[in-house]
Amino acid sequence: MKYIFTIIITLLSIQAYSQPNAQDIIEKVDRNLSSKNRVFESKMIIHGKRGIREISSKSYSEGDKKSFTEYISPAREQGTKMLKLENQLWIYSPSTDRIIQISGHMLRQSVMGSDLSYEDMMDDRRLSDIYNSKVTGSEVVDMRNVWILELTANVDDVAYAKRKIWIDSERYVPLKEELYARGGQLLKRSTMSDIAYIGGRWFPKRVIYKDMLKQGDGTEFIITTIRFDIVIPEHLFSKASLKK
Amino acid sequence: MIKFLFKGLIRDKSRSLIPFAVVAIGVMLAVFMRGYINGIMVDMIEQTARFNTGHVKVVTKAYAENISQMPADLSILEASELKNSLGEKFPEMEWECRIKFGGLIDVPDQSGETRSQGTAMGIGLDLLSTGSTEASRLNLTKSLVRGGLPDSPGEILISELFSNKLGVNPGDKVTLISSTMNGSMTFYNLTVAGTVRFGNTALDRGSIIADISDVRAALDMFDAAGEIVGFFPMGYYDDEIARSVLDKFNKELPDQSGEFSPVMLRLRDQEGLSLYVDLTKTMGMIITLLFMTAMSLVLWNAGLLGGLRRYGEIGIRIAIGEEKNHIYKSMIYESIIIGVAGTVAGTAAGLGLSWLMQTYGLDISEFTKNATTGIMMPDVVKARITLPDFYIGFIPGVISTVAGTMLSGIGIYKRKTAALFKELEA
Repeated sequence: MKYIFTIIITLLSIQAYSQPNAQDIIEKVDRNLSSKNRVFESKMIIHGKRGIREISSKSYSEGDKKSFTEYISPAREQGTKMLKLENQLWIYSPSTDRIIQISGHMLRQSVMGSDLSYEDMMDDRRLSDIYNSKVTGSEVVDMRNVWILELTANVDDVAYAKRKIWIDSERYVPLKEELYARGGQLLKRSTMSDIAYIGGRWFPKRVIYKDMLKQGDGTEFIITTIRFDIVIPEHLFSKASLKK
Repeated sequence: MIKFLFKGLIRDKSRSLIPFAVVAIGVMLAVFMRGYINGIMVDMIEQTARFNTGHVKVVTKAYAENISQMPADLSILEASELKNSLGEKFPEMEWECRIKFGGLIDVPDQSGETRSQGTAMGIGLDLLSTGSTEASRLNLTKSLVRGGLPDSPGEILISELFSNKLGVNPGDKVTLISSTMNGSMTFYNLTVAGTVRFGNTALDRGSIIADISDVRAALDMFDAAGEIVGFFPMGYYDDEIARSVLDKFNKELPDQSGEFSPVMLRLRDQEGLSLYVDLTKTMGMIITLLFMTAMSLVLWNAGLLGGLRRYGEIGIRIAIGEEKNHIYKSMIYESIIIGVAGTVAGTAAGLGLSWLMQTYGLDISEFTKNATTGIMMPDVVKARITLPDFYIGFIPGVISTVAGTMLSGIGIYKRKTAALFKELEA
């Protein structure tokens, strides 16, 4: 009897040891996904109901407070620029030569018809800062062992009150994510792939987003080039740079 | 005999004046009420048709399922080809491409920053093509308050109330912020050409009207249209014609299973208008029936009273040998004369009142300002004089009068010659 008890205690200890603290996992994920600054070029392939569209852009971001994006193609979107400063977002439209602030319900609009909203683009905060997390299980995704984490927002100003994330247990990058409304409704689903080791961190270069409330087959977000922690001129993060 | 009876009626005012007045007033009310209610119903239907539903409308199947959301992404592609095809199949009808959209109108200040902003509902229609009838169909020239109609690309009309709210005047530049057919946010500069008052609170609250080519450019909808609306040549909705047009359309396009297959909707299939269409068809009959019943009761009573008042006269006429049948017939002829005269006078008065109501209308905007239905209730309700108004009054006016007299005149046959002198002595 004493031996059986010892074996059970030992097994439980191993289990507790092999399932790390959820907060630790999220912080490791944050270390991979967040950076002091980054510059990347990307393309969005939008699989709409009536066709496929491809949109290219170049983005600069500094921490989670400042970002600047310029759309490169197609011709209709070329020259459109977006500037995020703190929690404000402006868009410059070259055809109207106007800078218009996006606020309120407009933030929930789709970015260029994709499955991403302006709100999604705005929120770059570290997950560990705004969510409480717990490990709910583990499974295998794309032949990788993953932890399944459930995140519950601990602040009010978040787009998604709950998240369920499948995190690679070795590389600490999400491989799958589900985003939920406060009422429990599944709003978006994303899957990450092409995980690359760049600048000392693991980073997914291809994400497929699917807005569950929208028709169509989702949006592929592919990072073609990315550089971390490089010097970005400060003047880029100003409204004056939008019209340049 | 008619001349004799007519002279009698003219000379004995007590025999003619009250029944004449009753018939005239009753017919006047019947004619006026019919014109008035017909006006309201037809105005509601036609205003909704002109701005919203058309007499028939062709949309994609997916658009029809979400029509209240005006989903631009489910619009008809290659709309010109479909419009031409509809024109060939139904040459007697007018077909127009339209795009309904929502968005924000942003007014810049001198430095280009937002000065004011408001939510707008927009309609893109053909304003600039030569020979387009859309501006006259929507009565835009008469609705103008300031400025003029758009006469070049990039110009829009804006409702007067909305322009006051935004603080814009004709000539000012505004930016439309909306979503393209693909769901991208879009910005498009437009110039206010003029302001209009639609006479409908829902429209006046925040509407813009632009040429469809501008809307297509703004919303990235090349050769696309949300809807292709069709109008009958006689200018008003006819349910039977709509049914035959729909049958022919379905026969020509039997496969409508695809999500983006074009489907046709009749006016009655949209915005819960079927009840109104049915009511309009039967309204004349309902009003006539109601007034006939009411007037028959009134005129029966008038006839009874007349019979009682003329009790002595009829007694003398029987006593001096006039046949009861002859008396009964003469009373019916008298009632026909009074009925016809009263109906003519009542119809003239009813048509006069209807004309006033048709010309000046009645402002009911206080009651409709919070209306949220898809049916467009005009702010000023007007009567509508139609051909049946000229003869519909004869049904209650003559038939009820004669029926009343026939009923009350039965008493003549109950009079006994032997008792007549006793009655006369009394």
